[in-house]
Amino acid sequence: MTFLTELEKYQSTDWNAFWQGISAARVQTALGKSFLNPEDYAALLSPAAVPFLEAMAQKAHALSLQHFGKTVLLYSPMYLSNFCTNTCTYCGFNAANKIPRKQLTLAEVETEAAAIAQTGIRHILILTGDAPGKADVAYLLGCLQVLKKHFLSIAIEIYAADQADYARLIAGGVDQLTLYQETYNPRIYDQVHLKGPKKDFAYRLAAPERAALAGIRAVNLGALLGLDVWRREAFFTGLHADFLQARFPALEVSLSAPRMRPHAGTFADIQPVSDTDIVQYLLAARLFMPRLGLTLSTRENADFRDRLLPLGITRLSAGSSTAVGGHTQPENNIGQFEIADPRNVPEMQAAVRAAGYQPIFTDWHAI
Amino acid sequence: MPEKIIDPLVIGGRVFASRLMIGSGKYAQDAQIPEILRRSGAEVITVALRRVHAQSPQDNVLAHIPPNVQVLTNTSGARDADEAVRIARLARAAGGNGWIKIEVITDNKYLLPDGEETVKATRILAAEGFVVLPYFSPDLAVARKLADAGAAAVMPLGAPIGTNRGLKTRELLEIIMHEISLPVIVDAGLGKPSDACEAMEMGAAACLLNTAIATSPDPASMAEAFAEAIRAGRRAFLAGLGAQNLQAQPSSPLTGFLHNG
Repeated sequence: MTFLTELEKYQSTDWNAFWQGISAARVQTALGKSFLNPEDYAALLSPAAVPFLEAMAQKAHALSLQHFGKTVLLYSPMYLSNFCTNTCTYCGFNAANKIPRKQLTLAEVETEAAAIAQTGIRHILILTGDAPGKADVAYLLGCLQVLKKHFLSIAIEIYAADQADYARLIAGGVDQLTLYQETYNPRIYDQVHLKGPKKDFAYRLAAPERAALAGIRAVNLGALLGLDVWRREAFFTGLHADFLQARFPALEVSLSAPRMRPHAGTFADIQPVSDTDIVQYLLAARLFMPRLGLTLSTRENADFRDRLLPLGITRLSAGSSTAVGGHTQPENNIGQFEIADPRNVPEMQAAVRAAGYQPIFTDWHAI
Repeated sequence: MPEKIIDPLVIGGRVFASRLMIGSGKYAQDAQIPEILRRSGAEVITVALRRVHAQSPQDNVLAHIPPNVQVLTNTSGARDADEAVRIARLARAAGGNGWIKIEVITDNKYLLPDGEETVKATRILAAEGFVVLPYFSPDLAVARKLADAGAAAVMPLGAPIGTNRGLKTRELLEIIMHEISLPVIVDAGLGKPSDACEAMEMGAAACLLNTAIATSPDPASMAEAFAEAIRAGRRAFLAGLGAQNLQAQPSSPLTGFLHNG
């Protein structure tokens, strides 16, 4: 059974009635429980939970301290290639956007990796567009050989692959997969993915399962908030995380709550997502799955990231650039999206310490 | 001449005066660790290999551990016996001391250990000469298998890790302490010094503490409090606790007639 079967159970849900049917008393019941089910999670995401945000924050903070302590992992993203055949209306690397395209050579990967490693970063997230024949598995395996010399943990954020390709990448040194479904609403998914292999909703939805079957250690999920109503996306992302954890108990599951950022091209029909909404989402997720990793990227600004940290964030990106070669080639300044927190690694370390937490760089070794 | 240790704890041929062991994770600063060791007198500290990168000055917790303190590397992150064995060998190859705490977690939701894989890893590593301290859910059958497999001590959990809930597995721990001749070190779940004291009164050889100390607003004071509680509990155990009576002694016993006249 794949997560699609779970998702289809909600096909005819009347969402207004669903959210309005949740009372303050139901929220309090969820807040008082140690073992939460999806209905409890929905209660914490509902409008009725908004007056309880402080109580949720206190519990989320305590749970996070128990499970993760006063530490937060710093990682950096590294863009390898922005060639892409997909036409995703919300993305700066959209094939229809007239931007310079570039793919790092192995020598450039070496230079870029060395520059990032120089800052102390040991966990790297590598990203590519979706362009068969360009950033394919063979290219990535070559990059991994280089990256392994500089980093202890390598995560990928690439196109949805099949199980055999995930297995090859894992054998090549990948231990984590980041894969955003973008939206759990199949109708909107179809509208925003105009052309390209990414148009297949079900294939992308099952990608984390294929990676888990191939033996990946950790999976990071997310919906790109702004495409559909955030509550629904938050609910399904949490359900997806819970589904994966139940099916693959040894898997480390985490999620991100990325909000849409300005980028090259246009996407006009953005659903509103406020700071309060992000906070409610992260708190509900922490209470629903106390061991869930929560990753916060530089899509959010410095002040907001600092304030979210004690609520249960376990991983923060630092020294980010979303441009291919952006760490060593300043002329390449067209990123996938504009980052909102430009702090470099020492600045992030200082901010984490100022919040009373230890910034850590090492939390895995290839074995 | 070193001072003679009264009531020493002996594991893997090493003699310890302290029965408090501490973890090295979850601290706001690794630099707090020397003070915690000093104030608590702990002589064993666990370190996750996954968190150590000797070439990174900011990620080398080992640099904060004085040479007289025994480092007990753990296999955090291992999902089966094979991974635990590989982590242990990596630790030894990196200059480790051959002491290994086996943690095999196949359940990332509750972080509960996998007994079967833990036994397998214990057998392999003990045969390779490691001093093996396996972490497991308190199950007598598993404890016996760990002892047979060559464990130097066993480390059953008091409650799910990180929960600070105390001796939730008390009855099962007591059985293991009674039946297993190896040192029994209560690991995980202890939240208060009184929990550790109670474990020691029951006959635990030692307690391992991390979350309750590391996440305390004053970790060094909390570590010291745990050390005192562990000493008190141990002393009480050695002195022999008075038998507890479930009921008051009746003034008119039902069998008194047997002794009358």
